[in-house]
Amino acid sequence: MQKNIICVACPMGCGVTVELDDNGTIVSVTGNTCKRGDAYARTEITNPVRSLATTVKVEGGVFNVVPCKSSGALPKDKVFDCMEVINSVCAKAPVKLGDVLVSDILGTGIDIVATNHCPIK
Amino acid sequence: MLNYDIVVIGGGPAGMAAALKAKECGVDSILILERAETLGGILEQCIHTGFGLHYFGEELSGPEYADRFISLVDEQKIEYKTDTMALEITENNVVYAVNKTDGLLEIQSKAVILAMGCRERPRGALNIAGSRASGVMSAGTAQKYVNIDGYMPGKKVVILGSGDIGLIMARRMTLEGAEVKVVCELMPYSSGLTRNIVQCLDDFNIPLRLSCTVIGIHGKDRVEGVTIANVDENRRPIPGTEEYIECDTLLLSVGLIPENELTRAVGIELDPVTSGAVVDENRETSHNGVFACGNVLHVHDLVDYVTLESQTAGEGAARYVLGGNNEPEYITTKGVNGVRYIVPQKVNIKNDGDVKLYFRVGQVYKNAKTVVKYNGEEIISKKRPRLAPGEMESVIIKNDMLKGFAEGGIIEISVEE
Ligand SMILES: Cc1cc2nc3c(=O)[nH]c(=O)nc-3n(C[C@H](O)[C@H](O)[C@H](O)COP(=O)(O)OP(=O)(O)OC[C@H]3O[C@@H](n4cnc5c(N)ncnc54)[C@H](O)[C@@H]3O)c2cc1C
Ligand code: SF4
Repeated sequence: MQKNIICVACPMGCGVTVELDDNGTIVSVTGNTCKRGDAYARTEITNPVRSLATTVKVEGGVFNVVPCKSSGALPKDKVFDCMEVINSVCAKAPVKLGDVLVSDILGTGIDIVATNHCPIK
Repeated sequence: MLNYDIVVIGGGPAGMAAALKAKECGVDSILILERAETLGGILEQCIHTGFGLHYFGEELSGPEYADRFISLVDEQKIEYKTDTMALEITENNVVYAVNKTDGLLEIQSKAVILAMGCRERPRGALNIAGSRASGVMSAGTAQKYVNIDGYMPGKKVVILGSGDIGLIMARRMTLEGAEVKVVCELMPYSSGLTRNIVQCLDDFNIPLRLSCTVIGIHGKDRVEGVTIANVDENRRPIPGTEEYIECDTLLLSVGLIPENELTRAVGIELDPVTSGAVVDENRETSHNGVFACGNVLHVHDLVDYVTLESQTAGEGAARYVLGGNNEPEYITTKGVNGVRYIVPQKVNIKNDGDVKLYFRVGQVYKNAKTVVKYNGEEIISKKRPRLAPGEMESVIIKNDMLKGFAEGGIIEISVEE
């Protein structure tokens, strides 16, 4: 089987083709201009990850929500489940930049941390 | 009347970086005026990560990037007034501003730094037929609703324009449960970064239709749908390709324009291509002692470059105030053959450092060359595997080269395939 992906490791945006055998093992990676493309394509096929940035509701703050991000990349297929967890929590003002709002989200070992301050109203 | 050495108009990343640099260069009397409640500018609503990769070597979110500078402004005890709108600057660098506590402020300043950023092109600039139903807004307005007010403006979304803000909002609305039906782009290419197309559209199977536009908006009180159509090479809709798409929201991401009302009013020369001021390498405008930097000067895609440019302006303003400027001898710069514009538009050859010229191309090129010529003679040529309108390019003119130029000379940058 062949999978075509676009390497986003740099602005070149090379089209990379990954050849897989019947067991899903990578046989070859072609089309990349440099080594980074090879590495990117391999993780993208075997264990695609994404970082997540969203907001968390805040009670009693000057703003209704505070922005947050995942402390590291999350498995791509867990992103929507993580959104559900994040949308179910409500932080209490004051929130400080760097505060952990959800720790070890869905057992991934990744925290959801505030990326701005939200003082008390 | 208040007196300051430097008044900075706009407290976004540009204004803060310029003020900090001017302070570092020895100017103590600095005031930043910011219209919004807080410093930080548009970054406060750009909650996705990807800022600061060049400048800090880290992937920060917009608010985190801004916070680093807000902390420095506080640490350096630079004065600022928020909720304060600058209204006018005069020939003599008097700045008029207004806020609720002080009323009208009259501020005499030796130098002024313009850092007002840009705003999005409104719907009026577009001319789409149809009703004035609610649900049509700029992508940046939607970004503010979702990320600052915590309010989702719609459930079924069509986005017109594939600039980065549109792409980022396609992902953001999808994550929050909306269905983004399609992103239409008038041009045959997207002006957004490839990584944004991959991570914001492809990841969520959102179709991107190139050479396609919205030709009609339907609905009375609220948008109920839009009609899209393919366009020919002259960007005219092709009859027979119309398609109705049901949606309750239309986001427009059709470009940014520098916010230069103040600049225009005082008669500062503007560049018709950038819609920003014409500046020299210190980012000084045609008006003595008035500098400009960041998105008010030309639209940047990376905030990191905004920071660097603003430091240049801050340093230039400090030198102006402290009196280190010599009588300038200018050469001009000009983009030709595929290069849309160059900033700065003029360079003082008596400058004692290297000068970096920033430029943008008008279309996508693969395996092309950028060529710099001085009075028609090639002086620098560089192979570029990829050039795109969405990515700012730069070239450095070394000081020894500059020293060999004569007043009135012309530097041209072009693309050769
Ligand atoms: C909606 C939107 C989304 C963006 N998203 C991204 C992104 O995802 N990634 C990225 O790298 N770049 C993004 N950009 C570009 C980003 O704006 C720049 O990288 C950077 O923020 C520009 O900094 P600035 O200080 O020049 O402008 P701004 O951040 O816009 O700051 C200008 C400031 O000046 C103030 N101001 C304006 N007029 C006056 C006045 N008359 N008196 C007082 N204050 C005034 C404004 O309130 C504002 O705070 C985006 C831009 C917009 C408009
Ligand atoms: S393969 Fe290399 S050159 Fe191509 S996009 Fe990836 S990192 Fe860039």
